Amino acid sequence: MTMKIKKMSKYTRRNFITYVMLAILFVVVQALVSTGNVSSLIKGQLVPICAYVVMAISLNLTVGVLGELSLGHAGFMSVGAFSGVVMATCLQTVVPIAWLRLAIAIITGGVFAAMVGVIVGIPVLRLKGDYLAIVTLAFGEIIKSIINNLYIGLDSGGLHMSLLTDKLNLAEGGKTILGGPMGATGVSSISTFTMGMILIVVCLTVIFNLVNSKSGRAVMALRDNRIAAESVGINVTKYKLMAFVISASMAGMAGTLFAMNYSTVVASKFDFNTSILVLVFVVLGGLGNMRGSIIAAAALTILPELLRQFQDYRMLAYAIVLILVMLATNNPTLSAAFRRFFGSFRRKKPTSDAKGGAAQ
Amino acid sequence: MKKLFAMLLVVAMVLSLAACGSSNSASTTGGDTAATNNDASTTTPADSATTDSGAAIKLGGTGPLTGGAAIYGMAAKHGAEIAVDEINALGGIQFELKYEDDAHDAEKAVNAYNTLKDWGMQISLGSVTSTPAAATSAKNFEDRIFALTPSASSTAVIEGKDNVYQMCFTDPNQGSASAQYIFEQKLATKVAIIWKNDDVYSKGIHDTFISKAGELGLEVVSDTTFTSDSQTDFSVQLTEAQKDGADLVFLPIYYDAASLILTQASTKGYAPKFFGVDGMDGILTVEGFDASLAEGVMLLTPFSADATDDLTVNFVGKYNDAYGETPNQFAADAYDCIYAIYNACTAAGVTSAMSAEVTNDLMIAQFTSMTFDGLTGDGVTWDASGAVSKSPKGMIIENGAYVGMD
Repeated sequence: MTMKIKKMSKYTRRNFITYVMLAILFVVVQALVSTGNVSSLIKGQLVPICAYVVMAISLNLTVGVLGELSLGHAGFMSVGAFSGVVMATCLQTVVPIAWLRLAIAIITGGVFAAMVGVIVGIPVLRLKGDYLAIVTLAFGEIIKSIINNLYIGLDSGGLHMSLLTDKLNLAEGGKTILGGPMGATGVSSISTFTMGMILIVVCLTVIFNLVNSKSGRAVMALRDNRIAAESVGINVTKYKLMAFVISASMAGMAGTLFAMNYSTVVASKFDFNTSILVLVFVVLGGLGNMRGSIIAAAALTILPELLRQFQDYRMLAYAIVLILVMLATNNPTLSAAFRRFFGSFRRKKPTSDAKGGAAQ
Repeated sequence: MKKLFAMLLVVAMVLSLAACGSSNSASTTGGDTAATNNDASTTTPADSATTDSGAAIKLGGTGPLTGGAAIYGMAAKHGAEIAVDEINALGGIQFELKYEDDAHDAEKAVNAYNTLKDWGMQISLGSVTSTPAAATSAKNFEDRIFALTPSASSTAVIEGKDNVYQMCFTDPNQGSASAQYIFEQKLATKVAIIWKNDDVYSKGIHDTFISKAGELGLEVVSDTTFTSDSQTDFSVQLTEAQKDGADLVFLPIYYDAASLILTQASTKGYAPKFFGVDGMDGILTVEGFDASLAEGVMLLTPFSADATDDLTVNFVGKYNDAYGETPNQFAADAYDCIYAIYNACTAAGVTSAMSAEVTNDLMIAQFTSMTFDGLTGDGVTWDASGAVSKSPKGMIIENGAYVGMD
């Protein structure tokens, strides 16, 4: 086994460790839950953590691998969340098996978010740098605004839809699924931790394979030097759009998973602040570093809850911890010390790649 | 070197903050005991909630204690604390109350709810605001923990849940009651509405107001909206209302935006009647708001702080002593919640040794059959859906205080 791992390429080994980490985490958490050793607080956070992890790795694809700053990622999450909820509600009676219904809803969420990703991506990806960031921010707000004014209902005659005002005119026994600013209420919460973990693994596999493929190298070449990449015949629009749409679709799937965990979900939840929160996960975990994103997303989702003892100063404490961590990871003295420590560690045990590097 | 220095500074901040945190919690408990001691004639320090944790029934609630909606969460928390201290002073059943912050967000509310569940909450006070309450009430239903929410007024909170009850009216109820009131009292012929279209609360009231107004033949001449991103400038909405000749502006919104509307209307020299609902409550305590602008504003609320009955006088006095302000309707609702739960517990013989599930069934049986007299109404009853039945009172602001209109 050790020999085999040694023979693997550097990337394969790194990815392999990430999978093993997830598998161990899953087994440990499942064991703890089944023996009743987990508090309701942590149990209630398992699914949101999975959703945020998927959000973080998908945004890392845009920011870390493609190298474009996107500030509207929550918009795709929102599209996925609401299309997934509508799908799941429609299938309530047709597909009685909860996990299958959830899986279909997640795929629907991913497809819809990908479509919006194409629509947004075509004009937006012509821009670069700060301009792109600002336009994605605007698109995030547009999506929020549209969903805030969208009414969808279901009755015996099928789906009804109206914009701005509630003109659904549902037949007897009809149900409003999405009620504008009221959001979706009465959603049956069917998300599970297992499904969340499966989604993480699927998304990770896609990203790892993409990054190591011909297309992935083209995307990274674009990030590093656009002109040089273009000069060797790489199609800029194609590869940019590909990475962007894959990222959007994963955000949509995360959105469905998140929404199906709560009985109510409102569009204003997926605002600019949520986009920034996910960006914080990515930056803290390291641009392009998927394992870092996973750890950062999980840690920063639990952190505010662990700080409840600070009472009113909770969010202030959260912000300060965040600054501290950012400073610590970027401090040359400290990171040199880390490297020395893990370096000596690595020489003795070459399989352990615990640090992983702040950035690839 | 500079970075190292910066880090040292941050460490110092964290440490000082930790000190803040602990001193803050100390001062809160200090406040609690102070509140108890105000009631010194009947209370000894031994009665305060902390010492009774062994045998007390644990009540938990979530509310926005920080953020934009904090005034509601804090008011509800304070109102409930006063009631708990009074009840604990009586001897009999003992309560232990804990409020957790949900920052007016469904996700955080579920986390706060789970924290309370881990703490061993036996009866829940739901959430203070509607969107978080819709999420936590689903949890209440799932976990079979009885909930009585003081102020989450959306119908989604109680819909399809047999063990979630409300102390306040539902939103649709407020909208139709307002239209009815304006029509019956002949307050206006032409009505303008300014509402917030990304808010559950505002939308619920607006929709029923419009349909009720249509039924009654009350003319709505202007119907304009804003969102949380645009709640600083209301000149467009006010100009439209003025142009259409509205003599009453109905504001089914929270007090923070309403205070800006009043200020901007006065700068424009537009002086219609303003009519609000229970979210308007609290407008007199907005910092930096010229309270004289609120003179003549009417609102529909179940509670008035200047009523002269013993119960209200006692409550307002204690609240003033403990927190230095006049209680609003949220505080009164939370106060009533605790007493309603107390009455039900007494009647059903609930003890702290019972599980939340057993308590739940006993409470449902009590709430569907009992009648409750409190600050926010006499002869209050609940139906099996969880909605409350009580009558709203019309209030008008005169000389910086709420005065009953009839």
